[in-house]
This record gives sequence, structure tokens and C-alpha cells, in this order.
Amino acid sequence: MATMNMIQALNSAMDVMLARDPNVLVFGEDVGYFGGVFRATEGLQKKHGLTRCFDTPIGEGGIVAAAIGMGAYGLRPVVEIQFADYIYPAFDQLVSEAARLRYRSAGDYWAPLTLRTPYGGGIFGGQTHSQSPEALFTHVAGLKTVIPSTPYDAKGLLISAIEDDDPVIFLEPKRIYNGPFDGHHDRPISPWAKHKASDVPEGHYTVPLGKAAVIRAGNDLTVLAYGTMVHVAVAAAEESGIDAEVIDLRTLVPIDIDAIVGSVEKTGRCVIVHEATRTSGFGAELAALVQENCFYHLEAPIERVTGWDTPYPHAFEWDYFPGPRRIVEAMRRTMEG
Amino acid sequence: MKNRISLSLRIPEPKYRPGDPPDFSGMAIPEAGSARRPESHVSANEIPDLAYTLIRVLDGDGNAVGPWNPKLDADTLRRGLRTMMLTRVYDERMYRAQRQGKTSFYMKCTGEEATSIAPAIALQPDDMCFPSYRQQGILIARNYPLIEMMCQVYSNLRDPLKGRQLPIMYSSREHGFFTISGNLGTQYCQAVGWAMASAYKGDDRIAAAWIGEGATAEGDFHHALTFASVYRAPVILNVVNNQWAISSFQGLAGGDEATFAARAIGYGLPGLRVDGNDFLAAYAATRWATERARANLGATLIEFYTYRVEGHSTSDDPSRYRPADEGKAWPLGDPIERLKTHLITLGEWSEEKHNALHKELVEHVRATGREAESFGTLGGDQKPSVKEMFEDVYKEMPWHLRRQRQQVGV
Repeated sequence: MATMNMIQALNSAMDVMLARDPNVLVFGEDVGYFGGVFRATEGLQKKHGLTRCFDTPIGEGGIVAAAIGMGAYGLRPVVEIQFADYIYPAFDQLVSEAARLRYRSAGDYWAPLTLRTPYGGGIFGGQTHSQSPEALFTHVAGLKTVIPSTPYDAKGLLISAIEDDDPVIFLEPKRIYNGPFDGHHDRPISPWAKHKASDVPEGHYTVPLGKAAVIRAGNDLTVLAYGTMVHVAVAAAEESGIDAEVIDLRTLVPIDIDAIVGSVEKTGRCVIVHEATRTSGFGAELAALVQENCFYHLEAPIERVTGWDTPYPHAFEWDYFPGPRRIVEAMRRTMEG
Repeated sequence: MKNRISLSLRIPEPKYRPGDPPDFSGMAIPEAGSARRPESHVSANEIPDLAYTLIRVLDGDGNAVGPWNPKLDADTLRRGLRTMMLTRVYDERMYRAQRQGKTSFYMKCTGEEATSIAPAIALQPDDMCFPSYRQQGILIARNYPLIEMMCQVYSNLRDPLKGRQLPIMYSSREHGFFTISGNLGTQYCQAVGWAMASAYKGDDRIAAAWIGEGATAEGDFHHALTFASVYRAPVILNVVNNQWAISSFQGLAGGDEATFAARAIGYGLPGLRVDGNDFLAAYAATRWATERARANLGATLIEFYTYRVEGHSTSDDPSRYRPADEGKAWPLGDPIERLKTHLITLGEWSEEKHNALHKELVEHVRATGREAESFGTLGGDQKPSVKEMFEDVYKEMPWHLRRQRQQVGV
């Protein structure tokens, strides 16, 4: 065991996989010599060699296309898109190609690529360094979408993603790279070292895709969250005094429906939290799943606490970000409903 | 005050529209044999002229001339001829089948056969091909069973792609043929990635990709050339310039400003502009590029200059946007006729043999077609199980697809 922040845990996952599997390659913009703008690949090129971890031209469409071709050859590419906000030039390659190779070729070809990308706000990144585009990928048949919320999960889920034979969009909540964030931007930052999930095995282990985790057990209300918002939701639950159960979904597709249904059937109330814009956000899918599967157990309408339907606003970051106050209000409304 | 002139917007237009008499007499066609052939290890910077000339081997009399003559033996020439003839006969049969309502869609490659078949024969059988949608000739050259192709087009019980793909979007890993996308250009940088993987593994196989001149306007084209150049990937990047992208003439992709082969120059890649209706030139250019790639010298861009004789697809009516007789006026002739004449000139072929082979191929395709149709045609009862709709979305079916499959009742 070692104490790791999320960056170190992600680095360790790639380090372990580069050492275990010669078919694993890591590449992206500034990823090689420099080690990535967030340092996630620091030291990997020096340790594993120039052809195992390398820099790419600034061309996200080309990065993903090359990874697909490598996958067709039999490699397991792990690519970094520097910010999730930069992923759109690669959208056609992900949606029309990576997601569909296996289906359209009847199993002849597949794209076992893992696409890592930092997402989400809370860092004053403005419109182009703060977005949460997960719903664009959960809507695509053939892609898996994974979002960790702790160093332990980040490493275990990333290893699972790399070993998975389907394309995985691995969204990294960059606000919590260095420490969990409870949503109170005006309070001092807490490092991961003080959190139990920073105890990370140095070797190989996996956290399975498609399995949620109960982060805080409770009986009266279920909060569904992922990424940074898991920690904000836990803080909100503490502050509300409500006996809320917080579920970290960890994988959005395929979703762990049993964990959701089990919890909501117990509590009868559900609040869904995400940073992404509201309309057609993943919360809409979650709300639909909850009412389809748990309607007769519901005591109150399902609430969504999300980013607003605007581009991510630089100066209004904390008016936009769905912080603990908004979550507590939604929880209270749900308890009264 | 400054004397300013008003700007004007240029929208390029082709020379001839329906009703105009097509006239290619002004087209610069270098003599067969006139293009120089440098050693394949030449620096790309030393051969910009090859991106602007036209590499041609077969002259007007059917002789193979000049330094690019690959000096193929008669058996290889006859193999090329037979493969092109079989591809054309196959196309004619499947086109008719679509008109008879047996399938939804078909695309012929008439007049362009050499641009896929000559490279396919010049490559090793285990080199990897990333085709666009008009390279059925590769599969036929690699002896992929014709019946599999037909069953794919019919989406029938024996369809190797299980009813999931639009007709002609073939896939065969066994034959080194990548699954055809239908989204244009996407395969181009994938081929570069495959080639990078081959180089990374110390393999000796190379990749080849095909794109139409129209789709070179896609960003994927730029990605492919950039990545191929940066990583010196062992890949051959073919541009099939057949003059027409559905109704858009090649000038709309920028072909009037510079040749498509010349796109290579800015990336430091060799660009060869080749008579695409000349089997020998297409073969020789590919061999040059394979030598270069196998020597770890990286990618070559080859423009095959040709003409799309038929419509874009069965959904297209080219008489609405170009002169109906433009194909007949095309000055570079027909690839089958030209190779046939060459073989006859060599004393290795005759009209009688040609007619007999044509008859044999028609009969072969007819018999194979009957067998394929015995497994059903589109819209009939014989088709893959609806279960197949839910398979292969993921390696293992997740719960939500299992539940949806149950809702369909299969």
C-alpha cells in the first residue's frame, strides 16, 4: 500500500499495465517526455521507453483514429485527450467507429481503447476546461463510460478499462485530482492523504466496471452521484442531517441498476446530482430508470441538482456549480414531498 | 482615399454539364513512359514533379514502356485481367439484383477496377487494407468467396455481417480487409494507426488505405498525412480521384488548385500521380511505395487518376449533373480493355480467349448468385435471427440490452 492522490493512482495504473502487457501503449498531447499537463503520465516514457508512452500531434481525431487502427492490429492503446472539452474533434471516430466496429463487422474487429480525459469544473477553467460531456457518450451504443471519485477506484477502474475489450471513455474529475472537494470553495483544500481511499495497492488490482459503490449508507433518501459530486453529495448529506444514502455510480454505462433499485426501494426518495448541464443530462436517464423500476416505492418526486443550461461561465463558477447548498435544498424538498 | 476593388466570391463549377459536349482535348496527358522513376529510397523533397505528372506504362498501342514498367509475367497479368473482369461481372449482376428489388443499395466500381485490384496484387496477402466503399476488387483479388459478398449485399441468412450493415460495407479480418464505415475518410488515419502498431511490434506487414478525392476535404485526411509523416508509418495512402463525389466535381475538393498527389508535398511525403486506368502503372506505383514502406522509410501518397463511369450508387442519377457521354469521352480508356490489348500485344491473350473467359465468369457469377439467393434476399423470410440485433454491441451483453432483447421477444 502507498498513499496516492488521484493523479498518482492513475499513473500507477498505467505503469502497472505498461509493465504487464507489451500491447499497452500510452499517448496523447504532451503525454510523453513532459508527462501530461496534469502529470498523469509523468515518468512513464523514461521508465518504459519512447515507443510505449509518447507525444502526439494536436489532432484529437487523429489520436483516436490511430488508436482504433492499433486496436484493430491487436494493441491496447490508452490515449489521453488533454481536456474533455477538446474531445469533439474526435467525436466521429468515437461514435461512428470505435463504438461500432464490433457490431458492424460481426465481431471481426473491435477497438479495445481506453480514452482518459480530465473533465468537470471547479478550477476556474472557463468554457473550454470545465465541461462535463458524459451524456454525449452514454447516449452512444457500444461505448462504456466510467468516472472514478477516489484514488483507489481511479486505479482499479482504469486497469479494468484497459483490460476491457470494448472502448471505454474514462472521465477523470480533475477538481479532485489532488484532494476530495466538498463543494465549499471558500474552505481550505483537504489532501487525499487524509482520506482512506488514498490507500492504494502499488501492484495490479481491479475495480469492476458496471458496479456502483455505497459511499454513505442511509435509510431515508438516495443520492445518485459520480465524480466530484460524490464528495459534494456526502458533504450535503452530513450538513442536512438527513439519513441519506449516497451512491457513487462509478460506471454510467453499463449502469449498476441493481444498486440503484435496491437503494431507492429502501428509501423511497431520490436526488440525482451532476455537474453537467441539465437538459438531456445523464440525470434524465437516471430519473427515468428510477421511475421505471421503482415507481411504486417512490414517496416524492425525483429531484435533479445539476449545472445550469448555459456554457460553463468563468466568473460565475460558484453560481453554476451545484454546490452543497443546492443539494441540501433539494434533499429537504424531497423529504417534504 | 484608397482605391479598393470589390471582392467577389468564387464558386467552382465543372466544365461540362448535361447537354454540353464533353471535351477532354485540353487535358494534359503525359506520354506513357515519360515519368522518371527514382529509387524508392529517394527523399520526398526531390520528387515533387511526380505529384504533377501522370505515371503511365501502357501506351496507346498496348505496349508497356518506360522506367515504371513492372515487367510482370503473363500469369500475373492474366490474373489481374481476370480479377478486373470478375469484379465488373459481379457488379453488373448485383446492380441488376438491386433494380429487381432484391436489395436496397449497390455501388459499382466500373472503370476504377485497376485502382483497387492492381494494389491488392502488388501488396502481400497479409498486408492490411483499409478501403473506402468502392474497393470490392480487393476482396475479389484476395479470393474472398463471392457468395459471402452476395449474401452480405442481400442481408440474408448467410450474411457474414448478420444483417447489420448496409450492402457492400464488407468486412473480413481473414482477408486483411477492414470493416467499411460509410462515414467517409474515417479509415484513413486508422490505417496509419495500424501501420504504427505494425512498426511498434517489429512486424513486416504494412497497411494501405483508400479514400475518394472528394473525402480528402475531411479532417481525417489531414490527420492521416500528419500522423503518417510524424511517425513515418509504413502505410500507402491511396486517393482514388474518379472526378466525381456524387454530384460534386473534383474541383470542389480543391483539385483544380493542385493535384491530390501534391497534397503529400506539404507533409514531406512522396506523392505519385498515376494513371488509374493503367493496371501496370497502378501496380508499379504500389510496388514502389511498398518497397519504401518495408524499408522503414514511411508512407507514400498515391493519386489514382481515373473516372467514375457509373453513378455514385443505385440511389444516384448522374445524368442530372454531368454529360451522359462524359465517360465515353474519358481519354484514359478502360482498364480492362487496356490490359487485354497489352496481353494480346504480348501474344499471351486473344479475343477468343477473352470472350470465353467473360462467358465463364458470367456463368460463375450467375451460378454463385443463384446459390446466394437460395439463402434469401432482402425483405424475404430468410434472414438472420433478430437476436443478432443485440449481439456484438459489446463483447458481453449488458443487462439493459438483455432486457430490450426480451422486450422484442427473442
